[in-house]
Amino acid sequence: MVVQQLISGLAMGSIYALVALGVVLLYKTSDVINFGYSEMSMVGAFVAATLIISLGLPYPLAFLGALLFGALLGLFVERFAVRPMHKAPHISVIIMTLALFMIINGTAGLIWGHEGRAFPYKLNKDPIDISGVVISWDSIVIFSVTLLFMLSLFLLFKYTLIGVAMRAAAQNKTAAVLMGISVNRVFSLTWAASTAMGIGGAILIAPIIFLEVNMMQEILIKGFAGAVLGGFTSLPGAVIGSLLLGVIESLAGGYISSDLKSTFAFSLLILVLCIKPTGILGGKAIKKV
Amino acid sequence: MLRIKDLDVFYGKIQVLEGVNLNIEEGKVVVLLGANGSGKSTILRAISGIVDNLKGDISFQGSRIDSMRPEAIVSLGIIHVPEGRQIFPELTVYENILIGSYARKDRKKINEELEKVYTYFPRLFERQKQVAGTLSGGEQQMLAIARGLMGKPRLLMLDEPSLGLAPKFVEEIFRIIERINSEGTTVLLVEQNAEMALSIADYGYVMEVGRVVFEGEKDVLHDSEALKIHYLGLKYIS
Ligand SMILES: Nc1ncnc2c1ncn2[C@@H]1O[C@H](COP(=O)(O)OP(=O)(O)OP(=O)(O)O)[C@@H](O)[C@H]1O
Ligand SMILES: [Mg+2]
Repeated sequence: MVVQQLISGLAMGSIYALVALGVVLLYKTSDVINFGYSEMSMVGAFVAATLIISLGLPYPLAFLGALLFGALLGLFVERFAVRPMHKAPHISVIIMTLALFMIINGTAGLIWGHEGRAFPYKLNKDPIDISGVVISWDSIVIFSVTLLFMLSLFLLFKYTLIGVAMRAAAQNKTAAVLMGISVNRVFSLTWAASTAMGIGGAILIAPIIFLEVNMMQEILIKGFAGAVLGGFTSLPGAVIGSLLLGVIESLAGGYISSDLKSTFAFSLLILVLCIKPTGILGGKAIKKV
Repeated sequence: MLRIKDLDVFYGKIQVLEGVNLNIEEGKVVVLLGANGSGKSTILRAISGIVDNLKGDISFQGSRIDSMRPEAIVSLGIIHVPEGRQIFPELTVYENILIGSYARKDRKKINEELEKVYTYFPRLFERQKQVAGTLSGGEQQMLAIARGLMGKPRLLMLDEPSLGLAPKFVEEIFRIIERINSEGTTVLLVEQNAEMALSIADYGYVMEVGRVVFEGEKDVLHDSEALKIHYLGLKYIS
């Protein structure tokens, strides 16, 4: 029973982790928190569904197509909403992302309606049973795709010149410019990667919850929470915090009350932050914002 | 190699450089002296293309660069090692050095360059896996220079490389600058340590509140009362 709760907690936590990674990535490079992130991710899940239904694409291709769409959406938002504001204070950019939230949510409602519907893809394989512990294929897909995302990020940042340049720009913009790094390019890439990641999370969760315009909002809040729990400026921290949040939530749901699982998880979050304000892996206190 | 004509720079409404003229010949070490706040770093920033509001012209090997983007200026081989080191503290020493080569197109030569840079700074080679923020001040300054060298500078601009360093490190850094220059790189050096700077310079400029007030060959500068007056601000005392 505990193991079972653990596994479903880790699966949910993986989704939070993808969202948290996208949030932290953007925050680290540009000091911006994107409140429109949930809606940008949601749109990606609808795009994937549309690719499956209208074009008859197989799931993996629809997935990749939606990621590509996400990268383009990220580039678009950076270029036409964020970059023109480069002289504005960060807080104005953050408020602008709230505007993004409203605009995208409203537009999506107009296109796809407000009632939930099933995601047009469901794995119909029998779950795996390992001596009494049942692992659904949904969870397996979630784990593998999340791992793949994390591995790609790790390889990007550790072993590619542009990845190292992105980290450099996150640490010192002026010095990065003096190296010949185009900060605009770094921002574009970050928005592209971040948006694609959130969309990945949305597509993974879509078969489990319903496809619906508000589907990612609670998940974004949980992703924020996971990120804060992990330290907010650390990518591994964001993953650890999110997984922890997922597990705590699942255990609380299983053993206390499923109505109170979020209440319990968030109370614990506040407690942890009172004890260690910088989060689990966060070094210095969070600046600005 | 580099010529600046009638350069004015403003930060907001405040003018910090006024009619600056400067000329750097290829292969030389040119030193820029002046009291705090006289505008030395601003000249380097203007050359690198990172000041917003500038008038006048800056040309490098005959072509104007004053409206070019900083990335393009770096690609020309104008490398700026900024004041206060400005290394990337969370990257490793190796990653810091590597990123210095970011703008280069000849990627195949990077390893060669890396080896060369490590022969200048064996200490950095020993610490290449270490996170740069944990280096000592002197080592960080060496790292900043090493990172600059990876950009394959034709003109290397060093802003107060000896600031805050123990005499032993200062000696070492100046010896390295001499060596870099003797291997063909032109150097523009901003220094507080006038004595030391003039010992390796060919030519020098002295600045005071946004203007060049004196220039000359090394020996002239060295013997000059003007230098003492302007640079040390003695006229305000006497
Ligand atoms: N970003 C900025 N905004 C406003 N004023 C600035 C800015 N940067 C520099 N200044 C001003 O411009 C003037 C010249 O500064 P600069 O840094 O070029 O001097 P400096 O000669 O390098 O001084 P130091 O020897 O202390 O490094 C100073 O009065 C400084 O206060
Ligand atoms: Mg200065």
